[in-house]
Amino acid sequence: MVVELYLDLFSQPCRSVFIFAKKNNIPFEFKKVSLMDGEHFGDEFGKISKIRKVPALRDGDFCLAESVAIMLYLAEKFQTPDRWFPADLRLRSRVNEYLSWQHSAIRMHGSKMLWMRLMIPKIMGIDVPKEKMDGALEDLNASLTLIEENFLQDRPFIVGDQMSLADLVAIVEIMQPLGAGLDVFEGRPKLSAWRDRVQASIGKDLFDEAHRGILGAQDSMKQLDPSKLELFKPKILRLFF
Amino acid sequence: MATGREVQLYLDLLSQPCRAVHILLTRTKIPHRVHSVALRKGEHRTSEFSKLNPMQKVPVLVDGGFILRESDAILKYLATTFDIPEHWYPWQPERRARVDEYTAWHHSNTRPHAAKVFMLEVLLPAQLGVPVDRRRLDRALSDLDVTLERLESMFLRRQPFLCGDDITVADLLAVCELMQPLGSGRDILKDRPQLRRWRSRVQSAVGESFDDAHAVLFAVRDRHRARVIKGQGQI
Repeated sequence: MVVELYLDLFSQPCRSVFIFAKKNNIPFEFKKVSLMDGEHFGDEFGKISKIRKVPALRDGDFCLAESVAIMLYLAEKFQTPDRWFPADLRLRSRVNEYLSWQHSAIRMHGSKMLWMRLMIPKIMGIDVPKEKMDGALEDLNASLTLIEENFLQDRPFIVGDQMSLADLVAIVEIMQPLGAGLDVFEGRPKLSAWRDRVQASIGKDLFDEAHRGILGAQDSMKQLDPSKLELFKPKILRLFF
Repeated sequence: MATGREVQLYLDLLSQPCRAVHILLTRTKIPHRVHSVALRKGEHRTSEFSKLNPMQKVPVLVDGGFILRESDAILKYLATTFDIPEHWYPWQPERRARVDEYTAWHHSNTRPHAAKVFMLEVLLPAQLGVPVDRRRLDRALSDLDVTLERLESMFLRRQPFLCGDDITVADLLAVCELMQPLGSGRDILKDRPQLRRWRSRVQSAVGESFDDAHAVLFAVRDRHRARVIKGQGQI
């Protein structure tokens, strides 16, 4: 029985799981869950992902949430190349260190940009106050600077000489604000050079395939029926106001 | 376990992730030395400490020349490099995945929501000398309630511990976060018997390591109580 991956490529952690599975030729069934349509609230999906988030994995009777846990599980099951999550404990711990840090840093701040620049204006019909936007941008920049100066430094990748899960999880988060028209690579040559290396390592076609949706977000939002977005209002009110 | 090997831990026991690491070390008797970094005095912002951790956070582990930050990375490193019971971070893929699943979810759920309550009720008033912002506190308590509900229904369910039959590093991370609001005398598990029973099981499983790690927090609770009583006396 083939592994099922429940994904919406609009979501950063779904992209990392998708790229990881494809790059490693892991056979899987792509099960689309459309966040915009609220499909993650459905009964069926609730049986697979107890936390009602994407990505989710189903392997026979075993269901798993959280992209990091999913990729580690797949890495073990399919014995993917060592560089993704090195057996060497110190290198592995460096990967874990990044995977841990990023949740409340770049993931949080990158996500916010999409909400503040695109989703909130569209759904609530208002612009986010400048002060809040500036604060969010400052946080995002602080995370990007830490990535450059602490996690990358002079290395080609975050850990070692080859791309690992750390770089994969990093790149999908850093790409998210681009969906809202914010070019985070501008004025950051070190980050841009790293992105080029990561893209080359993943392969341009796969990278583009994974990011097509998010990079077209501004256009898709224009076409979206506003009534569909009602279900996002509670979350927005809770998070941002 | 090589003789003479002693890991260095830079921590402040007021910090939840520091306590989780401290409990694992003392419970499993991993040789270690604690270096205190007083957050209250801003010692995490010194240039010396920044060399250890540019993120200016605790805990930090130093093992020989190897420096590691982030509590879940540290816990997993310790469980792997030292010869401690396997249940802390199991090898079997599905059991391990359950721990990885919780430790990831923890960052955006248990940690921020429990920490916020403590921050609003204890830290901010103490640091800024302002009264508690009730509106923000109510919202934080509401968010925390959702998290507790999820802990019960998504993770704990009918199991003794968050990830299965045995205690893991996931339980340590979670319990230390859920203890933090006690700093203002608030027991957030007061109305949640299922989680209270889990907390007791964790306490039993780690023995005196639990109270040792939480002594600082209890002292904060006592000082906070005294301050509140004094404040009330002045009205």
